[in-house]
Amino acid sequence: MTITLTLNGKKITDQISADCLLIDFLRSHGALSVKRGCETSNCGLCTVFLNDVPVLSCSMLAARADGQTVTTLEGLQDEAEEFGAFIADQGAEQCGFCNPGFIMNAIALLRENPSPTDDEIREYLAGNLCRCSGYEGQLRGIRAFIDYRQERSRS
Amino acid sequence: MLTIKEYVKAESLAQAYELNQKKVNRLLGGMLWLKMQNTQINAAIDLSGLGLDFITETEDEFSIGAMTSLRSLELHEGLNAYTQGAMKESLRHIVGVQFRNLATVGGSLFGRYGFSDVLTMFMAMDSYVELYRAGIVSMEEFAAMPYDRDILVRILVKKTPRSFAYLSHRNTRTDFPVITCAVSLLKGEPFSQTASASLDVPDASFAGERNLQKTFVTQPVRVCFGARPHRSVLFTDEASRLAREISEESIEAFWNDVDEKLVTGTNTRASGEYRRHLSRVLLKRALLQAGGKNV
Amino acid sequence: MNQEKSYQYVNKPVRKKDAMALVTGKPVYVDDIAPAGCLVVKVLRSPHANAIIESINKDIAMKVPGIEAIFTWEDVPNQRFTMAGQTYPEPSPYDRLILDQHVRYVGDPVAIIAGADEACVNKAMKLIKVTYQVLEPLLDFRKAKDNKILVHPEENWRSLCPVGADNKRNLCAHDSCQDGDVEKVLADCDVVVNSTYHTKANQQAMMETFRTYCFMDMYGHLNVVSSTQIVFHVRRILSHALNISPSKIRVSKPRIGGGFGAKQTVVAEVFPAFVTWKTGKPSKMIFTREECQIASTPRHEMEVSVRIGADKAGTIRAIDVYTLSNTGAYGEHGPTTVGLSGHKSIPLYPRLNAYRFTYDVVYTNVMSAGAYRGYGATQGLFAVESAVNELAAKLHMDPVALREKNMVKEGDVMPSYYGETANSCALDRCLARAKDMIGWDKKYPCTDMGNGKVRSVGVAMAMQGSGISGVDVGSATVKLNDQGIYTLTIGAADMGTGCDTILAQMMAECMECPVDSISVFGADTDASPYDSGSYASSTTYVTGKAVEKACEKLKEKIVKVACQALGCSPDEAEFNGKGVTCLTSGSFISLEDIATRSMCGNTEALEVTESHSSPVSPPPFMVGMVEIELDRETGHVDILDYVAVVDCGTPVNPNLARVQTEGGLVQGIGMALYEDIQYDSKGRLAENSFMQYKIPTRLDMGKLRVEFESSYEPTGPFGAKSIGEIVINTPAPALAHAIFNATGHWFRELPITSEKIAMAD
Repeated sequence: MTITLTLNGKKITDQISADCLLIDFLRSHGALSVKRGCETSNCGLCTVFLNDVPVLSCSMLAARADGQTVTTLEGLQDEAEEFGAFIADQGAEQCGFCNPGFIMNAIALLRENPSPTDDEIREYLAGNLCRCSGYEGQLRGIRAFIDYRQERSRS
Repeated sequence: MLTIKEYVKAESLAQAYELNQKKVNRLLGGMLWLKMQNTQINAAIDLSGLGLDFITETEDEFSIGAMTSLRSLELHEGLNAYTQGAMKESLRHIVGVQFRNLATVGGSLFGRYGFSDVLTMFMAMDSYVELYRAGIVSMEEFAAMPYDRDILVRILVKKTPRSFAYLSHRNTRTDFPVITCAVSLLKGEPFSQTASASLDVPDASFAGERNLQKTFVTQPVRVCFGARPHRSVLFTDEASRLAREISEESIEAFWNDVDEKLVTGTNTRASGEYRRHLSRVLLKRALLQAGGKNV
Repeated sequence: MNQEKSYQYVNKPVRKKDAMALVTGKPVYVDDIAPAGCLVVKVLRSPHANAIIESINKDIAMKVPGIEAIFTWEDVPNQRFTMAGQTYPEPSPYDRLILDQHVRYVGDPVAIIAGADEACVNKAMKLIKVTYQVLEPLLDFRKAKDNKILVHPEENWRSLCPVGADNKRNLCAHDSCQDGDVEKVLADCDVVVNSTYHTKANQQAMMETFRTYCFMDMYGHLNVVSSTQIVFHVRRILSHALNISPSKIRVSKPRIGGGFGAKQTVVAEVFPAFVTWKTGKPSKMIFTREECQIASTPRHEMEVSVRIGADKAGTIRAIDVYTLSNTGAYGEHGPTTVGLSGHKSIPLYPRLNAYRFTYDVVYTNVMSAGAYRGYGATQGLFAVESAVNELAAKLHMDPVALREKNMVKEGDVMPSYYGETANSCALDRCLARAKDMIGWDKKYPCTDMGNGKVRSVGVAMAMQGSGISGVDVGSATVKLNDQGIYTLTIGAADMGTGCDTILAQMMAECMECPVDSISVFGADTDASPYDSGSYASSTTYVTGKAVEKACEKLKEKIVKVACQALGCSPDEAEFNGKGVTCLTSGSFISLEDIATRSMCGNTEALEVTESHSSPVSPPPFMVGMVEIELDRETGHVDILDYVAVVDCGTPVNPNLARVQTEGGLVQGIGMALYEDIQYDSKGRLAENSFMQYKIPTRLDMGKLRVEFESSYEPTGPFGAKSIGEIVINTPAPALAHAIFNATGHWFRELPITSEKIAMAD
C-alpha cells in the first residue's frame, strides 16, 4: 500500500507492507535516532511525535500515520541540542541509547507543562526506561534547563 | 510476530462490522496488545477514520467514543471532576504517557483483560457499552460476556451522583496491577434505596434503534475488583452492610460477604492468597476514602 | 594517605566527548551503521531444557525466497570453546560449540538462519522441522552436584585452568581457602549468626540488546563490528569458535548502548561471524529483547551461607562463607564470579581470628550466567552484610557501631583479600558521613507513623576491586599530530561510562593541554594497543595508568625532538604543555613547531604505546544507607532517601562518578525489590520481556544522594581507584535491613516483594 506523511517537515510518499511498523518505516527513511529497546511497549526508546503527541513508534502501524505529521529527534535538532546540553552537563546521557526517546518525551512534557514539579516530571517520563543513569542526573538536567529558561525569559 | 496482509481504514461501521465477521480479520484498537501477538491477520480494520475519538459531556452523562485514547480520558476534566480524580488514578499507572496516547478505551474494554484498570474503573460507574450489533449493554454484563465479533462503538456513563475511589497495588509503579479496586457510593438520601431512571440515549446512536430504552438501575454501592488476575467483577452491597455508615466495622461485615464470593488466583506477579489479602486492604481504604463519614 | 592535590583536568566534571552526538540522536550504534543489504541472521532456539537433536529437516525452509543459508550442528566445528571474555587461558571451561546436538536450556541455539530480510528468516524459522529426544532437565541447582543427570557428559569438554571443575559431577568449579580454625573460633564465640541467602539470575537489561554485523574486507579478513566491551577477547574467541587464525579477524566497536558486563561475553558475535565467513556476505544479528532475556548472560544465581561469630562486646571473630553458584547450562564466568562472593565481602572485616570461604559452582539446565556489574561481590555482600546486621540485632547493638568497631581501616592487611593492604581506605569517613546525612542516630531503627506505615533505616558497606591483579592489561597509544594536537588510542571500551573522556582528562593533565586537543579512538583490534577490555572495574585504574606512563614517555620524545631544534640537551629542556623551553638559553619552540618538525626529516616517532598491569587490585569502598516507608498492610516499600558515600580514590570526573553511582544504586534497588526470575517445571523463564521483568522506572527508585569521601590510591593514576561495579552492592543488604527494622522479619531471598513482606506475619 502507499502512504504519504510529513516526516520532519518533509513530505514522503512510499510503498509499505500493511504490517510495517512506524519505527521501521522511520529508520528506513533515515530517522536513525529512533531506537528499539523492547517488543512489549515498555521502554519508550522509540518515542516520536505523531501530530505533536508523543507515541511509541514500535507499537503503531506505519499505515496509521498516512496523512499525518511525524517528528523524530532528527527534526528537532535545535531543541535537542539546547536541552541535551543540560543532560550532557550532568553526564547523564551515559550510553545514550535511551536518549532520543527520553529527550522527545521531555520536550513533549515541557511543551505541555513548562514548569513541572519533580513529581510531574517523574510521572510524565515514567514510560522512558534508562538502565545507566539512575534517573537522578536526568532530573537534575531537566531542572537546570527549566531554571535556565525561566532565567532567560525574565531577562 | 504479527503479520498483516491488508490494512483497511473503515469507511463505515457497517463495513467494519462486515469485515470483522471473518475470523482471519481483526479490528484495531490501540494495537498495543495485538502487536505483541504471534498471529497472522488477513485484514486489519482501522476505525480511526470514523470519528470515534470523542468525549462529550451532558448534564446526565458522558459519551465516550471507542477510539478515545486513555490519555484523553485521564486528562478529561469533566470525568475527573465527576469521579473525584478516580479516573485519572485508574489510568496514570499504565506504562507511560506515550503508551496511553496510543491505547484506546474501546480496545482496553473490548479485550476484557484480567489486568484491566480501565474495566475495573468503568464497572464502578453506572456505565454501558454500545455495541454495533447488540446495542447497549451494562458494563458488568459486558465484562462477563464471551468474546464475539461485535464492535464496541462507545461508552456511556450516567452521571448519577456518586463518590468514587480507585486504588491498585502494583509490584512496580507502572507494572500490571496485582489487584485493582474501584468503589463508588451513591450520594444523597436515602442512601440505602436503589435509584432508578430511564436510560435514554440522547444523541445519535450508532446502534440504530435497538435497545435504547432500558430501565436504568443504580446500586448504592458498587465495588469492583480487577486483576484477580481474572476479569473484573462487581459486588453490590446486597445485604446493605454499608447502608447506615461507612466504618471499619461495616466494611468488615461487607468484606465477609465479598470474601465468600471473590475468586483470586496466582500468577507470576502474586499469589491468590496475597490478592485476597490486598482486596480486603484496598476495599477498606477505598470505601473510607469514598465514603468517609459524610455519605 | 590522603593527599589533597589540585588538578587542572582531573577531578573535573568535563562533559563527555560523545555527549552531544548522543543527546541529539546521531547514528552511532551498530544497527545505525550496519550496511544496507546485510543478511539478517537469527537463530532457532530450543523449546526444551535438555534434549538431543535427533533430526533437523531444513529442506522446506531453504525454499523460502530470500533464504541464503541455514546451518545446524553438523555444519560447525566440533571444537569446544568458551564465550567468556577473559584473559587466555580462560578459567571458564571450554564447554560450547557454535551449535550443539545436545541442547541444554530453553533458548539454546539449534540452527542459524540467514536471509535477505527479517520476514523471510522468520518464515523459514517456522518451517524448520526438528525432532528432539527430550531428556529430563536438571533445574534445581541445590541438587546439581553429583546428580545423575549430567549437563555436560561429552568427552571433549575441557577445563584449561585448575579451578576444581569436573563435568562428570556437574561441577564448573570448586575451591576452599581459610586462615585460622573457623570451627574452633565460632565454637568459642558468644554470639553466632548462621543464615543462608539467595539471590537470583538478574539481567543486566542494558537498553541496546546484543548486536553485531560482519563483512569481508579487501584483505579477505572477517570484519566484526560489535557492541562489545572486549574487542581483543572477541577476536580470540571467534578464532577458537570458527577454527581460523586470529590474523583473519578484525573486531571493532562503535558506541555501545550499555553493557554492565553483559557484553563481556561473546553472546551475538559467533552467529553472524560464522555466516559471513561461510557465505562471504555481510550479515548482522540483532537480538530481540526476548532473546536478551532468555538466552544471554545474566548474574549467577547464588545461595550464600554465612556463619559469623562475635564476642559480647561486638568484636567480630570469625566469618565462614559457603557459596553455591548456579552457572546454568554453560560455564562462562562461573569459576571466577564465585570467588568475589567471599573475597570481596569478608575483607570488610579484616581483623578476624579465623575465616573460611568455600564454594561450588554447578551446571544446571537453565540459561547460562555471565558477568554482571558486581560479579559475585554483589551476591556475597548481600549475604555477609545482612549477616552482620543480623549479628547486630542479636547483640542488641547499633549496626553502625558494630561496623565502626570491626571494619577495615587504612593500613589494615586483609588476609581474605589475598593478603593485600588497604593503602587507600576512607571507609570510616564514608560511614560517618552517611550516618550524618541520613540522620541515623535519630531514625534508627524505625518510627511508627501511626497510619499503618512505618519508617525505618538500613545500612550496608561494600567493596570491589580495581582490575584483576596480575592479569588485566591496559594500554594506551599517545601521539602528537599536526599543529600540536594529540590522539589517544585505546583498546578499552567506552560503553557509556565515559572512559574515552576520563582517559583524555588524564592525558590532558599529563600533557598540560585542553581535553579538546585530544582525539580518542577505540577500540579496534587492528589499530588499538592490546587491552583486556572494559570489565572488572579496570579501565580507570589500569588503562588510566597506561595513559599516564605513555604520556611521560611521549613528553621525553617531544623534548628530544625539540632539543634538536633548540640545540640544547634534554636535561636542560622543559616541557610545559605549550612547547619546550631551553632552560639555559631561554629559547622556546612551540608544540606546533615541534609537530611540524616531526614530519620532516625526523627519525623519532612522536608516538608511544605503554601497557600497564597491577600486582594489586585496590578496593574502592562505600556505604549505603536507606530510609524507607513501609506499608504494613500491603507490604509496599517506598524509598524515601538513599544516601551513598563512596571512596573511589580520586574521582577523575565527579559528574560521571556520581552518575555511575546513581545508576548502580538503581540497578541494586531493582535487584533487591523488583527483578524476579521464575522458571517453570519445564525450565521456561517467565520474565522473558520488559513487560514481565520489571526494572525500576523513575517512579520506583525514590531519592538518591551521593557524596564522595576520597582516599588517595598510591598505585592508581592520580590517586584513582574504580567506581563502575561497587555501586550496585549496597541496596540489597541495606534494604533488607531497613525492612527488618520495619517488620522484625529478615528476608534472605531476593527480590523482597511486597507480597513476601505482607504475608510474612
